[in-house]
Amino acid sequence: MAIYARRRLTNALVMALAMAATGFGLLWLVLVLSTLLWNGVAAITPALFTQTTPPPGSTGGLLNAIFGSVVMTLIATLIGTPTGILAGTFLAEYSRGSRFGEVVRFINDILLSAPSIIVGLFVYQLMVVRMGHFSAWAGAVALAIIVVPVVVRTTEDMLNLVPNTLREAASALGSPQWKVIVMVSYRAAIQGMVTGVMLAVARIAGETAPLLFTALNNQFWSTNLNAPMANLPVVIFQFAMSPYADWQVLAWGGALLITITVLFLNIGARALASWSTFKQ
Amino acid sequence: MSAATARQVMSLAPSDPPETHGDPSLGQKVLIRDVDFFYGAFQALKNISMPLHDRRVTAFIGPSGCGKSTLLRVLNRIYELYPGQRASGEVIVDGENILSSGMDLNLLRARIGMVFQKPTPFPMSIYDNIAFGIRLYERLPHHELDDRVESALRRAALWDEVKDKLRQSGLGLSGGQQQRLCIARAIAVRPEILLLDEPASALDPISTQRIEELIAELKADYCIAIVTHNMQQAARSSDFTAFMYLGELIEFDETERIFTRPKQKHTEDYITGRFG
Repeated sequence: MAIYARRRLTNALVMALAMAATGFGLLWLVLVLSTLLWNGVAAITPALFTQTTPPPGSTGGLLNAIFGSVVMTLIATLIGTPTGILAGTFLAEYSRGSRFGEVVRFINDILLSAPSIIVGLFVYQLMVVRMGHFSAWAGAVALAIIVVPVVVRTTEDMLNLVPNTLREAASALGSPQWKVIVMVSYRAAIQGMVTGVMLAVARIAGETAPLLFTALNNQFWSTNLNAPMANLPVVIFQFAMSPYADWQVLAWGGALLITITVLFLNIGARALASWSTFKQ
Repeated sequence: MSAATARQVMSLAPSDPPETHGDPSLGQKVLIRDVDFFYGAFQALKNISMPLHDRRVTAFIGPSGCGKSTLLRVLNRIYELYPGQRASGEVIVDGENILSSGMDLNLLRARIGMVFQKPTPFPMSIYDNIAFGIRLYERLPHHELDDRVESALRRAALWDEVKDKLRQSGLGLSGGQQQRLCIARAIAVRPEILLLDEPASALDPISTQRIEELIAELKADYCIAIVTHNMQQAARSSDFTAFMYLGELIEFDETERIFTRPKQKHTEDYITGRFG
């Protein structure tokens, strides 16, 4: 009986520790979000979406930064998604058990965990130095390099979940391999693959480091992809560090905006993923 | 064919099947000859030789791991999807060795339908599940495609249950319906040979019975090979039976003989339930 009492005590102790650790983790998350809401809500005004970034001391919004972030994220997704899906398809469907496939997978994993500032420096050297100026294109390429490994990984994982019996069944009808992949494997894995793309978009929506060296920033409204372009993360960085109160308010507003966007992308991805498991 | 192999095949073939006398339709559709099979270094099939007759059902029976499913998978070379699996020997289909390296696997598989142990509906509508295979090799006007889909579903005894929901997902059907959908899909492309890998093992008795009735009906047009764990199923639905054990073909004969007076002690022990 003494043993049993000790077990119960240990159980209670460990459970208390686990709950305390969970509470500690959640506390910071709640603090971050509430601070963000507290300071950011005041900045969410119509002007935020209709006016461009102001000089210190005058009113303005974040229109040019929002536009720049959307455009560069969009281009990065358009470059990164097809590349990532094709590479992930290669890994899951064509390179089974091959040495080359293992090497590619390994390198992709390294790229996945590479610090984003390295990606920024790389694109700076590759494009900005050669072109002689910062540009939205360089920013989009840097973001695309971050998208690719995420999409490669999720695509491969999702295709690996497709049962081999399904591929066998399609092949047994005389279907060529590419048709098995496009008509059967993709269809079975599509929700997971879309989820992966959405998570990649959420990831790059808040990336600052790769844009600092590439797209830089732009005080004014600009749609020229060959010129520096404003974007939310760098504007937040610049405005939050400034001594001007009105800039700081805008920075809070931008931060809240990014957080809400990322939150919705994540919720969307989760909803999509649970919907697909529900269907099967 | 070497003389020795020829004798071997002859001795394995039923010695005097009375019903085949004067029936020219009962040809040997497939002739398996000296087939070995390897999973990497492991030899799963040892020197298998036997025929499959046209418009007859041949059952492969034997305990788990005896190689019966492997043998079935050699017949459409589906094993080629996996590196490290290889077969040697000959499988002659209509005079042509399908194990030769020059064989176009897609065209081969279009002639040889296969149904798997677990139902494998594609993640698409019921209609598209059937049309998928047809569209691979034929370009048909809409109404003809509709007719082909309907007749395949009718033959698989599924039409009445799904005719009002052809556009719904095939994943929404019950297990037995899914398996009949897979059979319909296989026969929709009008293959010559049908390979069934334990098609009823995951199904309830009623669905099993429907599948068996279906096999009896399809036999009129196809050469059918069926792998089964179920002794009664083999006895009920096949004309010929091959008993395999540890990668070897122990006995091949008419089903009636295998089940009433097997030549090998081993076969008798298995079918009477003394092992396996």
